[in-house]
Amino acid sequence: MTQSVESVPGLLDATGGSVVAGRDARLRILAAAVFAVVVVSLSGAAALGLALAGAFTVAVLARLPVVRTLKRVITMDGFIVVMLAMLPFTVPGEPVFHLLGFAATREGFLQALTIGVKANAIVLMALALLGSMEAVLLARALRALLVPERLVHLVLFTVRYVDVLDREQRRLRIAMKARGFRPKTSWHTYRTFGYLVGMLLVRALERSERIFGAMKCRGFAGRLHLEATWCWSAADVSFALAGIALVSTMAALEILHVAG
Amino acid sequence: MHIVDGALSAPVVITGAVLAAAGIGLGLRRMPMEKIPAAGVLSATFFVASLVHVPIGPSSVHLILNGLAGLVLGWAAFPALFVGLLLQAVFFGFGGLTVLGVNTVNIALPAVIVGWVCRPAIAASSPKVAAIWGAIGGALAIALTTLLVGIALAASGSQFVAAAKLVFFAHIPVMVIEAALTGAAVLLARRVKPELFDALGPAPREA
Repeated sequence: MTQSVESVPGLLDATGGSVVAGRDARLRILAAAVFAVVVVSLSGAAALGLALAGAFTVAVLARLPVVRTLKRVITMDGFIVVMLAMLPFTVPGEPVFHLLGFAATREGFLQALTIGVKANAIVLMALALLGSMEAVLLARALRALLVPERLVHLVLFTVRYVDVLDREQRRLRIAMKARGFRPKTSWHTYRTFGYLVGMLLVRALERSERIFGAMKCRGFAGRLHLEATWCWSAADVSFALAGIALVSTMAALEILHVAG
Repeated sequence: MHIVDGALSAPVVITGAVLAAAGIGLGLRRMPMEKIPAAGVLSATFFVASLVHVPIGPSSVHLILNGLAGLVLGWAAFPALFVGLLLQAVFFGFGGLTVLGVNTVNIALPAVIVGWVCRPAIAASSPKVAAIWGAIGGALAIALTTLLVGIALAASGSQFVAAAKLVFFAHIPVMVIEAALTGAAVLLARRVKPELFDALGPAPREA
């Protein structure tokens, strides 16, 4: 028997808990953004190593589920993997070995490794700081950080209906399976998936009409309540200080690397 | 086709962020408040649809469907697809944070172009002709997206040019699949609920 559609875990459920989950949401968004901007501009091995170690520490503190997180962090788009694999052969420099007549260079390997470390450190930090956040809290914190109100409304509606529509999609897939549909590489399969998507859109639009009707009936006049009272605790302050220390150490190591 | 953090040069990342902000702003401005529930639910639909994997030979690809998003959402595709990319980056670790702007432009700009080129024909013609326009839009969106990904990579360094070319050719089967799927989705939607292609208010038709 397939798992009941209603008991499927939500796609955007917060992962982990703990020390990180209790911190101010605005602080976590800012911290993730600053970390990302600083990490992409690094080039030295020491600073990059520290970035990866820092991201790993926060991930451990956030108690992210180990196996699922590793899978998510390592999974990249197929084309990114190909792109990184091609770098040793396209960056000019000192050849290390030859493959089918093409020289693989040390500089190319280093560049691919650098991109890999940066991408993984930032993704790990984002999952630890933001993925552990309730999606609705994320939306409110974005509003507190002056993201336009309509965009925040859009985030809220999307977050609310992702799981509803995911379950709808699963129900339709079960119905298709019950009628003997098995996906293969064929026009029939692609057409059927097209009908599935079309049907999802039609149902979604009809659902949105009912939602809007229900909202109007409750006096909705174009605004959602997004205000929240934010208060900083001592733990938030120490978390912010630890973050500043990490980022400044990374910056200092980078300056030493560039100067030296 | 999510580019990851750390691969692109700073000017490319900044240009992407500025263009994405402009596109999102335009999209939000053209979205009246009473259309937000529809835009949100449709944005969630495209998020869910992009998690569907379809078989291709021994492997499988996940859907992008930005062409269909442009046909249904028009300019609202910019904020809607941005929200999708943001949630994917934060909760699934797909793509990255600094490249959010570039990734948004790469996916949403083709969507808007397809909406602008193909939507009038889809609204006006018979369901079967509309399906053909849908298929054209589906393939065109993927072609433009790979092109933009290629431009972003090539502008970041000549060492990426070979990869950029490979990306385009490797995505030809994806273009075929997206064309077939988008065509079928348009055919069904035109028969069942034609107002889907006008869901977010009358599209500006200067033509």
